[in-house]
Amino acid sequence: MSEPKKFSAALDSDSRRTPGRVAFVTRRTSPYVKAKDDALVMTWPETLFRAAVAVEALGIVLVLLALFWDAPLEGLADPMQTPNPAKAPWYFLGLQELLHYFPPVIAGVLIPGMVVAALIVIPYFDINVEAEGVWLRDRARRLRIAIIAVGALTIALLLLQVWAILTPTVVVAGFMFLAAATPESPGKFHRWLVSKPLSFWIMTWFLIQATVLTTIGTFFRGAGWAWVWPWRG
Amino acid sequence: MANPIEAYVNGLRETRWWRSVFRSGSGATNLHRSLAVQQNIFMHLFSVKMRRAALNFNVTWYLGTLSLTTFIILVATGIPLMLYYHPSVPQAYADMKDLQFVVSAGVFLRNLHRWSAHAMVLLVFAHMFKVFYRGAYRPPREFNWVIGVALLLVTLFLSYTGYLLPWDQLAFWAITVGSNILSAVPVLGQKIRFLMLGGNTVNANALLRFYVLHCVILPLIAFLFIGIHFWRIRKDGGLYTGRSKSNE
Repeated sequence: MSEPKKFSAALDSDSRRTPGRVAFVTRRTSPYVKAKDDALVMTWPETLFRAAVAVEALGIVLVLLALFWDAPLEGLADPMQTPNPAKAPWYFLGLQELLHYFPPVIAGVLIPGMVVAALIVIPYFDINVEAEGVWLRDRARRLRIAIIAVGALTIALLLLQVWAILTPTVVVAGFMFLAAATPESPGKFHRWLVSKPLSFWIMTWFLIQATVLTTIGTFFRGAGWAWVWPWRG
Repeated sequence: MANPIEAYVNGLRETRWWRSVFRSGSGATNLHRSLAVQQNIFMHLFSVKMRRAALNFNVTWYLGTLSLTTFIILVATGIPLMLYYHPSVPQAYADMKDLQFVVSAGVFLRNLHRWSAHAMVLLVFAHMFKVFYRGAYRPPREFNWVIGVALLLVTLFLSYTGYLLPWDQLAFWAITVGSNILSAVPVLGQKIRFLMLGGNTVNANALLRFYVLHCVILPLIAFLFIGIHFWRIRKDGGLYTGRSKSNE
């Protein structure tokens, strides 16, 4: 056998016994090491000046809005007189639109609860953190799973006739399958689609879905939550 | 020193009085610029140097800064509004009318508060999506993303509680519709709604609860979380600027 080592590696928290520590930073583990060579500027004045410009620009926009556009104020609250339709604040109108399609326990509790839970866990899934195009590896198996998932969702939405959710789902899924079908396409837009990870597709679906539902709830719903065209009176 | 105003300001900055207020001293050296950040209670959450790439408009669209801007405007307009407001029925509505017809610049104050509130909800959402699409939530920034989600919920709840305060038909029925959704929570739904409204319907108790939440509890939570959010940006290695070339 070879001679015994001249050093030993150990974990020790007793600073009197082992005063010196050595840290080994291996490749691809530390963002601080990666960013070491980036050009730096002084926070004051470079950053704070730019921030002040941004603050003032938005301040001017909001002051102009406030000068020329009055906040709504209707009559005194009257519990005996329900307006038709009674609408929640605009950022909850997507939820209210969902309530039109699904029972309250699904639309009002389950779906928003799942959205909040999904947002929280985003950075804790390796599949998100990897940031690799979803079709670049294991394509056949992933394609099978995607087809089953999107297919089941599409059929369910067709049966329930929820066009407001079905349409964005089909559009986003269409682009996703386009990326899957031709991963070696030379087109720039195509390559951009192929490079997108699964989390991109889910978040984009959520963003478009939320925008569509909120827009419908805000502008396209009238008395009895019936469909109206906003440009017709 | 051709400019007399500049000369006067520079002289002022050397006075004993000025030096007693601003501990860092003044000057155009990097030491003084560092001290201007490090020795200032409002600025010391920043590092004294930042990556040049992080200042590029396309990196952040300044959405975080702009979200904070709306929050500051909301505090600055909200406190004067509190001076003219009684959280009681029907006085709250009469106070809205006073703001409209009696108080100097009352309409402007209320308008600015309301449009800034809508802008804040929009900007916080936009900030979240921008952070997501840049991939800035990835380790080591994952917990700051979670704090951001909490801040989004606080923003929504702040806006929602403020919505009731004018006590007009719009406010009353929007809160009624919103709080009815809560009843759908299995088992605890009615209890949560009762706790939030202080009763079974939107009434004077609900107005008082929403007022306290809107003016005290939620702003304090927001302040706390914004502080942690900013501190974490620095502790997690500064603003995310994408992958550096050396890594590829």
